[in-house]
Amino acid sequence: MENQLLKIRSTKDKLIETNEISQQLRKRLRLSETLIQTLLLIFGAVSILTTLGIVYELGKESWLFFGREEVSLVEFLTTTTWQPVAGKFGVLPLINATLMTSFFAMLVSLPLGLSAAIYLSEYASARARSLLKPILEILAGIPTVVYGYFALTFMTPLLRSIFGSDTVQIYNTLSAGLVMGIMILPLVSSMSEDALNAVPNSLREAAYSLGATRLETAIKVVVPAALSGIVAAFILGVSRAVGETMIVAIAAGSGPAFTLNPFRAAETMTGYIARISGGDLAYDTPDYNSIFAIGLLLFLVTLVLNMISRRIAARFREVYE
Amino acid sequence: MNTDNLPHNNNYVIETDRLNIYYGNFLAVKDVNLKIPPRKITAIIGPSGCGKSTVLRAFNRMNDLIPSARQEGRVLFHGKNIYDPDVDPVQVRRMIGMVFQKPNPFPKSIYENVAWGVRINGFSGNMDDLVEETLRQAALWDEVKDNLHKSALALSGGQQQRLCIARAIAVKPEIVLMDEPCSALDPIATLKIEDLMRELSARYTIIIVTHNMQQAARASDFTAFFTMDEDRAGMMVEFGLTSQIFTRPKNKQTEDYITGRFG
Repeated sequence: MENQLLKIRSTKDKLIETNEISQQLRKRLRLSETLIQTLLLIFGAVSILTTLGIVYELGKESWLFFGREEVSLVEFLTTTTWQPVAGKFGVLPLINATLMTSFFAMLVSLPLGLSAAIYLSEYASARARSLLKPILEILAGIPTVVYGYFALTFMTPLLRSIFGSDTVQIYNTLSAGLVMGIMILPLVSSMSEDALNAVPNSLREAAYSLGATRLETAIKVVVPAALSGIVAAFILGVSRAVGETMIVAIAAGSGPAFTLNPFRAAETMTGYIARISGGDLAYDTPDYNSIFAIGLLLFLVTLVLNMISRRIAARFREVYE
Repeated sequence: MNTDNLPHNNNYVIETDRLNIYYGNFLAVKDVNLKIPPRKITAIIGPSGCGKSTVLRAFNRMNDLIPSARQEGRVLFHGKNIYDPDVDPVQVRRMIGMVFQKPNPFPKSIYENVAWGVRINGFSGNMDDLVEETLRQAALWDEVKDNLHKSALALSGGQQQRLCIARAIAVKPEIVLMDEPCSALDPIATLKIEDLMRELSARYTIIIVTHNMQQAARASDFTAFFTMDEDRAGMMVEFGLTSQIFTRPKNKQTEDYITGRFG
């Protein structure tokens, strides 16, 4: 009897205790947390909504463009004459010029950027690195219009003095592409350097302990281990080159031309958009609509390149685990 | 420390002569005079921070890779000071290989890991045979023979470490330095490595740094005990046959350490 009473009492005590604990553990309303969370969500949403807006606008105007009777999508993508006045809308000359300038740009920025990255990450002393990195970053800070005039007033005369002013036109894709390569170099080198730096030191030690030289260690162990990061840097560089406008608008030429000759003038997709949108064009003309179609095409190209780059960078993370 | 009372053997592979090692201004290792006999397993034991690994890395000039490290005194490899100005550290490392604390296979296939060092050394023989022979020596062949071209990173930690040993011996070094090779491994994998060391000691001189005293007692022929002085500089206290160090240590500090009263 007494025992039972004791039991009941202790159960009661326990209940009271549990009640206290659940009071203490009760969820609180934290107003500032909720507020901050909402604000951050709004800020984040702004960039997403902007992107959606751009896609919508590009899509709408392109729809209008391809809706015209003088334009067909197949013709747009396959023919080689771009003469809106004559009703000829073949985008290939513009794509071709974009590919050429981007190709020359990568011809400069990949080897130079990768070499700079290998030097900075594998060879440079701490002091050399602290001097060189800011200088490379200055390159990234120069406005592209300056690069454009650098191409026009320095690179082009240089090319003309080497290859002859008869062969090299004043506006040409080679000059613009080479200078664009210099512009992209800091991007490629700093991303590649990050990739090289991410390679664990234990791999370098392993190589050295087998009697590898510095060069063998860098080329045969560190670069292969960082390869996916380097490829990602390269692809991002390409998408930067494809989208670059100012340099090509100034130095590559202002008239669509379907040519593989790097010494001749040709207009890129971005250069065309810049020129047409800068001139006075009647709203709702085919010319006007065409820049949106080209813009959409550019957008898709860079989007695909960025997606590839992200895929590769994601794979890169798994390498050592 | 005087090592004259060791079993008579004039053919030491490595002798250090008043070796001091600094990191910047910090004296990390002080006045080490150590003689390593050939084709034996020599263990270096001692508490953390006493400079064991630093001394080990001095034997194949791995400390060169640390910009602030410098050394005084000599490290004689068959009587030649490897820190002489006319010595190429790359050549030193080809003859004195190393296995590290954490298994660090290259992110390549098992085959490529073994072949890598051999290839940069300009090997022109039959690589398949060499890889098989080396993996057999490292007691890994039976476990990996069907997966030679799979990534080395898919192996277990113990297998990775045996692969690293295979990679080191593939270039036929004379000495294999092991820097706490089992500290990241479980007891079974550790025993496998110790068995392997015993087999390899027929051909190679092995110097192993360990903080596991049972390992030193089980697996080594000679033991060097290091500790640090009041300035935190590492120094060698006693060197001798492992059986002697663990049963009749001459030095009080050694005795305290191996009986677990310190460290």
